[in-house]
Amino acid sequence: MMKKRNITFYLFIIPVLMWLIFLIVLPHIDLFLSSFRFENDDGNTVFSFENYLSFFQDSIYWLTFLRTAFYSIAITVLAFVLTFPIAFFLTKVVSKKYSSFMTLLLLIPIWVGELVTIYGWMILLSDHGVINNFLIYLGLMDTPIKMLYTDFSMIIGLLYMSMLFMIVPVMSALDSLDDSLIEAASDLGASKWTIVTKIVIPHAMPGIASGGIMVFMLIIGDYVAPNILGGKSSLWFTEQIYNFFLTTIDWSQGAAFGFLLLLLSSAIIWIVLKITGQKLERVGS
Amino acid sequence: MNKILEIKDLAKYFSDFTAVHSIDFFVEEGGFFSILGPSGCGKTTLLRMISGFEEESKGDIIIRGESMKGIPPEKRPVNIVFQNLALFPMMNVEKNVAFGLKRLKISNDEIDSRVKEMLARVGLEGYEKKKVTELSGGQRQRVAIARSLVLKPSILLLDEPLGALDRKLREHMKIELKLLQKEIGTTFIYITHDQSEALVMSDKVAVMNKGRFEQIDTPQNLYKNPKTSFVAGFVGESNPFEIVSYDNGVMVTTNGWKLEKQGLDYTPKKLFIRPEAFILNPIVDLENLDVVDMKINTILFDGANTKISAKIVESNDVVLISLPQNAQFEDLKEGDIVKVGIHQDDLKCYKE
Ligand SMILES: Nc1ncnc2c1ncn2[C@@H]1O[C@H](COP(=O)(O)OP(=O)(O)OP(=O)(O)O)[C@@H](O)[C@H]1O
Ligand SMILES: [Mg+2]
Repeated sequence: MMKKRNITFYLFIIPVLMWLIFLIVLPHIDLFLSSFRFENDDGNTVFSFENYLSFFQDSIYWLTFLRTAFYSIAITVLAFVLTFPIAFFLTKVVSKKYSSFMTLLLLIPIWVGELVTIYGWMILLSDHGVINNFLIYLGLMDTPIKMLYTDFSMIIGLLYMSMLFMIVPVMSALDSLDDSLIEAASDLGASKWTIVTKIVIPHAMPGIASGGIMVFMLIIGDYVAPNILGGKSSLWFTEQIYNFFLTTIDWSQGAAFGFLLLLLSSAIIWIVLKITGQKLERVGS
Repeated sequence: MNKILEIKDLAKYFSDFTAVHSIDFFVEEGGFFSILGPSGCGKTTLLRMISGFEEESKGDIIIRGESMKGIPPEKRPVNIVFQNLALFPMMNVEKNVAFGLKRLKISNDEIDSRVKEMLARVGLEGYEKKKVTELSGGQRQRVAIARSLVLKPSILLLDEPLGALDRKLREHMKIELKLLQKEIGTTFIYITHDQSEALVMSDKVAVMNKGRFEQIDTPQNLYKNPKTSFVAGFVGESNPFEIVSYDNGVMVTTNGWKLEKQGLDYTPKKLFIRPEAFILNPIVDLENLDVVDMKINTILFDGANTKISAKIVESNDVVLISLPQNAQFEDLKEGDIVKVGIHQDDLKCYKE
């Protein structure tokens, strides 16, 4: 009996392990090794940290990274600020009957896909797009404002595609908040603001943190929105990685930057978790 | 004594359901007022209206002479201990108790000293830094009460606060709560479906049924003179009978037991007799005493609460009789036929 169960266990574990090893671990090891490959002046490929060092030596690289990181953090915070009231409304104000239907509506952008929603935003934001035409029609201005191909349109695009990944974990955290805690706080004389900051947000913190991590990683690693919606000056770190792989065909350099992105963004998350006193184990649950 | 709370013609309708029908009552300052009723009779709804979480459909709530109409919960001079306690799990004991004080404009030193004093009152010194999730049921109870009492409310509302505790602890907390209330003198309004809690602790008890108050009285009166058949059946133990006829001062139960009860100006439909109203081996020639033969079915031993289940020989009605634990009745056993007397005054009759 025991023996038999062991065999089925291995039957199931082997495909999983193969998947992990061949599709995830091996390619990463290969990329990791290639990130240390460097062609020296004699044309020989040697082991070197040169690919990593160039990130710090050339200011355009680390400045782009700083810019990307700063925007990613800001958009993550913005995503929280914008979605928190909606999450609260859907879980605590609207009756259960409607809230699940409304949540389903929220998911529509995900079904449609990132690319399509981005083209949707282009229609809205372009110089002769819906918004500009509408404002001119209202007589609020005569010439269109440039919104598309700027940081603004890039932020809108990133925000739009990432908000859902914030709202879902926050909603599930809020769902588990006992309504009577809110009533108890208000009974003890707390204002709405105090209730939100002292009871609701502390309770939802694990959900907020896991939503935050997801959104931050999605944004800092996104390529499509910055590339399509961003202008010439809206540099994004992933665009530089893309360039190494496909434009200058320097895979080793691209790989090194890829790992730097992983390392630095993980470091940022670690620091933020430390500052806010969150524990990774709790965030995951 | 002055009235700290007055309820006038208060009612609550949910779309198609009336949870509370026009209720009128008042509570005296410093009193321990209980609302006793079965599950679903509208107790919580009534309490939520007093605390401001539920808007009244009709009527008025007056606290210290001031109408509470339109005043939100955080502004009312009442605090509530919730049915599930609702302690804040993200805060320790001290922070829970200090939560309400922090909302007032008082110095940190004063907050600290008031929290300390309150925790000492409820016997939780040294637990300041404990997480509320690490406390036992009784300790959590005390934190919830301390958290409200520290604000010195005019009235403390308690919604079945002992419901979640085991029997032993409940018995203990019952006495503790009563003593605490006496000591600090705050007016308590206490909701429960447990008649023993209400009787032990309260100065006044309101018995509630289907959204209405059936009787408001002292525990003693409630027990001795229940005004309605619901109160007679709900408060304390009773042997209920249906009366099928009443003629010339003689009532007949469904099974044909005939009892004398003089001077009723209505036709009784229901009859209740307390277990302790039955007198075993009575002195037969007492006035106004009905005496019947009963056959002992079984003896239900429970210390001071020991009862006999006995069958009335003439009608086969089965009744519970209190059995005093003294030498006189020591040799009673199953199958014995005993004479049992019932005083006419102990027959509680009701029209409906
Ligand atoms: N929001 C509501 N909408 C509709 N009906 C409600 C609502 N709240 C309570 N009720 C109904 O009102 C009645 C009284 O409820 P309430 O909670 O006051 O009972 P209770 O006496 O506190 O009972 P328990 O002892 O079980 O706590 C119940 O039948 C309940 O179904
Ligand atoms: Mg209730």
